[in-house]
Amino acid sequence: MTKVLTDARSIRIKGRSFLAVVLSPDLPVDEWLTRLDDLASRSAGFFLGRPVVLDVTDLEINRTQLMELIGELSNRNVSIMGIEGARPSILGPGMPPALKGGRPVSDEAVAKEPIIELRNSDVKPAAPEARAVLQSLVIREPVRSGQSVIFPEGDVTVIGSVASGAEIIAGGSVHIYGALRGRAMAGSIGNTAARIFCRKLEAELVAIDGIYKMAEDMAPGLRGQPVQCWLEGEAIMAETLI
Amino acid sequence: MGKVIVVTSGKGGVGKTTSTAALGAALAQRNERVVVVDFDVGLRNLDLVMGAERRVVYDLINVIQGEAKLSQALIRDKRLETLFLLPASQTRDKNNLTAEGVERVITELKRVFDWVICDSPAGIESGATHAMRHADVAVVVTNPEVSSVRDSDRIIGLLDAKTVKAERGERMEKHLLLTRYDASRAERGDMLKVDDVLEILSIPLLGIIPESMDVLRASNLGSPVTLADARSAPAMAYFDAARRLAGEALPITIPGEKRGIFDKIFGRKAA
Repeated sequence: MTKVLTDARSIRIKGRSFLAVVLSPDLPVDEWLTRLDDLASRSAGFFLGRPVVLDVTDLEINRTQLMELIGELSNRNVSIMGIEGARPSILGPGMPPALKGGRPVSDEAVAKEPIIELRNSDVKPAAPEARAVLQSLVIREPVRSGQSVIFPEGDVTVIGSVASGAEIIAGGSVHIYGALRGRAMAGSIGNTAARIFCRKLEAELVAIDGIYKMAEDMAPGLRGQPVQCWLEGEAIMAETLI
Repeated sequence: MGKVIVVTSGKGGVGKTTSTAALGAALAQRNERVVVVDFDVGLRNLDLVMGAERRVVYDLINVIQGEAKLSQALIRDKRLETLFLLPASQTRDKNNLTAEGVERVITELKRVFDWVICDSPAGIESGATHAMRHADVAVVVTNPEVSSVRDSDRIIGLLDAKTVKAERGERMEKHLLLTRYDASRAERGDMLKVDDVLEILSIPLLGIIPESMDVLRASNLGSPVTLADARSAPAMAYFDAARRLAGEALPITIPGEKRGIFDKIFGRKAA
């Protein structure tokens, strides 16, 4: 049986960036919570309705302790939208999602951000945004050693080879109709769906969304073959193209 | 108007100066007016290879700084009267090479000569970029080994970015001159094969110069190999390369493809 599409309209999935407050607790957690309470009593409602990210990088904490910490914070009306820098083992279902790739901003920017009461503000329906035009960069000649192609706006296609000591950095996927001997980095601005394709894999390094693989980590059977690379979780996968 | 050729490589010691002298002498033997210009200020060698080291009075820097006229600095070859040398300075600082000065000298030379062959210094610094800046054609000298190939690749990138031709949006004509090629070592895998180098650099091949003692002997005699020993294998290869530069279409032979008597005895397979 074939499915009948009832509505021809596609679902739009977009990216949007928000300024979040980052909390970085230190040990012992009890003392840190006391200091947080102290701060909250002086500026009431500071965390109310704000996106808060919990940064637990370098924090010696296990899953139960993390659960307790999140509970303590929600008792104080601090809702965590994501956890940064956590080992995958201490995260579990029911916890805020892991975040990465956040960029620091100045403290000033956080302070200036007005506190918005989401519940009370009348939410205007968002005006339909013009769809961002996806861009492509096509290079018709070999990329030579020492050259660096940086194109965060979209895909990069090279009709020719990428030499040893050259690099391609694309926001989208990287397509190389020739040998890849240098470095290729796809999804450089956080696109996990980006892929790398090449006619002949001799790469020094491939990276997708910041996760990279060096030449020596690649299966020897892939060398010299037409290959595609993609991201599965935290690992770069690669297989030969037919 | 003459044609300006830059002989460049990125890496040192691959045979730029030898090739400049050999190509210059080969073109001059076709009765074309040729000047070879040494851009390696401070480490000049072209005068030695041309056998003119004791005849240098003024040099490129003197001309650029206005201390001498171009005609005073040019040295005519004693064997070929259409071959001239413009030597580099050995004592002056290479910062004396200025963009305007180089442009003026090259423009003047182009008016008088059919071929202006610029011998680039190694590296990718100002000396090399000055040498390539006004070129119409680039001869990229490469040895069949990985570091030379990568450096050549880097230089090709610069030729496509930092030359007047490239800045005008025109395509720089680039040719590969593979030097010090040893067929038996390439066969054993000690050296890259011709096809591998061509595949990596993807520019047309101007010629393959076989590794030979004749080249070193000629250099030490102060004579381009195309003058010292015109019947030798490297000289013949340079003559062919010069004819290709002049626009003739000649098939390229890979040295060692003809199987010699030893190959037959030992039964080694040719490439």
